[in-house]
Amino acid sequence: MLRINQLSKSYGAHVALNLIDLEVPAGVIFGILGPNGAGKTTLIRIINQIIEQDSGTVVLEDKPLSAETIRKIGYLPEERGLYKKMSVADQLIYFSRIKGLDAQESKRRVSYWLEKMDISSWKSKKIEDLSKGMAQKVQFIATVIHGPSLLILDEPFSGFDPVNAELVKNEILELKAQGTTILLSTHRMESVELLCDHVAMIHKSNKILDGTISEIKSQFRSDRAQVVLNKVSKELPSIWTVEESRQGQLRLSIPMGGQSPNQLLTELMHFGEVLSFQEQVPSMEQLFIQQVKANSHE
Amino acid sequence: MNKVFLVIQREYLSRVKKKSFLIATLLTPLIFPAIMGVFVWIAAEEMKNQELRVIEVVDETGLFFMESSEQYAFSSSAKSVEEAKTWVKEEKRYGVLYLPSLDLKDPQGIQFYGLENPSISLIGYLESALKRKIENQRLFNEGIDPEILQEIKTEVSIQSLTLQDSGEEVLTDASVNYGLGFLSGILIYLFIFLYGNQIMQGVIEEKSSRIVEILVSSLKPFQLMMGKIVGIGAVGLTQFLIWVILIFVLSSFVLSFLGMQMPQQQALEMANPEAMAMAQNQGDLTSMLQVIHGIDFVSLIVSFILYFLGGYLLYGALFAAVGAAVDSPSDAQQFMFPITIPLIVAYLGLFVFVLQDPNSTTSFWLSIIPFTSPIAMMGRISYGVPFWELALSLGLLAVGFLFTTQVAAKIYRIGILSHGTKPSYKLLWKWIRSK
Repeated sequence: MLRINQLSKSYGAHVALNLIDLEVPAGVIFGILGPNGAGKTTLIRIINQIIEQDSGTVVLEDKPLSAETIRKIGYLPEERGLYKKMSVADQLIYFSRIKGLDAQESKRRVSYWLEKMDISSWKSKKIEDLSKGMAQKVQFIATVIHGPSLLILDEPFSGFDPVNAELVKNEILELKAQGTTILLSTHRMESVELLCDHVAMIHKSNKILDGTISEIKSQFRSDRAQVVLNKVSKELPSIWTVEESRQGQLRLSIPMGGQSPNQLLTELMHFGEVLSFQEQVPSMEQLFIQQVKANSHE
Repeated sequence: MNKVFLVIQREYLSRVKKKSFLIATLLTPLIFPAIMGVFVWIAAEEMKNQELRVIEVVDETGLFFMESSEQYAFSSSAKSVEEAKTWVKEEKRYGVLYLPSLDLKDPQGIQFYGLENPSISLIGYLESALKRKIENQRLFNEGIDPEILQEIKTEVSIQSLTLQDSGEEVLTDASVNYGLGFLSGILIYLFIFLYGNQIMQGVIEEKSSRIVEILVSSLKPFQLMMGKIVGIGAVGLTQFLIWVILIFVLSSFVLSFLGMQMPQQQALEMANPEAMAMAQNQGDLTSMLQVIHGIDFVSLIVSFILYFLGGYLLYGALFAAVGAAVDSPSDAQQFMFPITIPLIVAYLGLFVFVLQDPNSTTSFWLSIIPFTSPIAMMGRISYGVPFWELALSLGLLAVGFLFTTQVAAKIYRIGILSHGTKPSYKLLWKWIRSK
């Protein structure tokens, strides 16, 4: 779907992107992670042809970026804004037409989306008369109105209240189900774990991590299991750490030591009743912090 | 290209649809006459309501008799200055005019006493009255009867005509040309500032509200900038055309009204030769109308539009660049300087050089250099400008706006996406030089 090859960009002496390679498969939600200032926005702006790269290529649906690819991309920037004095409908029609749709089709799509988001009654209201959350909904429609095949969302949930964030999340999932590829830039890890199929992490203008969520998690799994035992009847091995003890139930962290989960389970049964067994996997949040720290010390 | 048109359309409609546009367009032509009308009315009311001010004249020469006017009455019943001064303090008199015995060849020591500072108009009135009286008195002393002098006074007025290539002779009037040059020059100056500022505000709005990030992901920054400039320029042209139509309709009303008056007047003249003198005043008005008739308004309006467009495009691009470089209107001040200076030079040049002598060397250069020509040339056009000068001036104006647009586009392209950093001239220069 989107292929980025050896992409570099610097502003004067500051290197914003250093030889970035990315391969975004069609129909997935692809998370681009990284702390502020890592180069995410520069990358997104290059894909949107807002700025030009110094070297490297970006290929969308097997074609290099050009005036025609603009129509295929929908972009929700992190910092958002709409014309305050324009009505909701006029504004959406404008954004749709500027992406290359004709007037009639634009009008049709505007009424469709206003209906879908349940805001038809705002049609002729001016943006300055809407609340921030309401304006965000309009902004989201402006991003998807022209039916892009690649949706680029920069921190899509900032500024939404939980109800509207849920609504937008469902819209994103629905668009994905319809075959839209979604590029999600964020540093909010809970939404990454919830939505993304695939992530890449950029830190200090370099890509430091790339893969599907399960690939990355297995790459960084801690090789420990978390177990809850009841009615413990024997002395436990000293390498097992007791994390919590309550009403005879013990929560333990056990190193797997190369054993398969089944082998460990069989062993555990000798010590008591196994109430729960879970392989310990780091959360994306832990991973993120750990990676940023590790790469900052280099 | 299609996208530029969309931007133009949005910029145009979002402004023309506003009520404030309609109100400003209809009211502006009325504002100046209205303000002048109010002043005249206030002055007239003041004159009417002013009580007669009595001024005591203490004349030690015994030569002067001051005629009273609507505002001032003169009395001369006081025996001494001191007595007259006490009357002023008791508010029986407005003031005292003291004329000591003086040398008519070098009148010194004339004084006016009052409770308040007398107005310039009162002092001027007294001075000119006394001057006339002293002059008459001196003529009389030399043996010339002032009455004869009065009788031989003659009014002279010169009709000026220009010879056209076609062999026609067209009645001209420098004051009409002056007025037209003055009006159209100032109008261009105002338009450039007014609409240039709208461009700047518009760019700052898009930049500070971050709409621009979405826009430039859909079209090129240059398209966006040109769309905005052209759209707002179209608003200005619309406004101007509405004014032209309004003035045309109003003036044809006035002319047809005057035309209806004319036959009666001519009949009167023929019936009564003595009325001829009375008709002299009317004659001035008719020749004024004739002069206005003689002016080629079509070419005046066409060149106004061309110079408005040229000047507006030239400066509009610079206004857009300033808007793109800053984060808020208050930061824009520091970069307004290089835009304002040539405009003010042109504005001052219009008054100091062009309108005084439209064919001087300075006037010529002011009307050729692109940064000043839109304003300066308008001051010359109603006097008639050779074709080659117009062509050269307009050609250079076109080159000038291509140049400023190129420079502005570079600043604009980088500026609209830069936030937080306060740009300096040095940084702008770096942006201009970046490819």
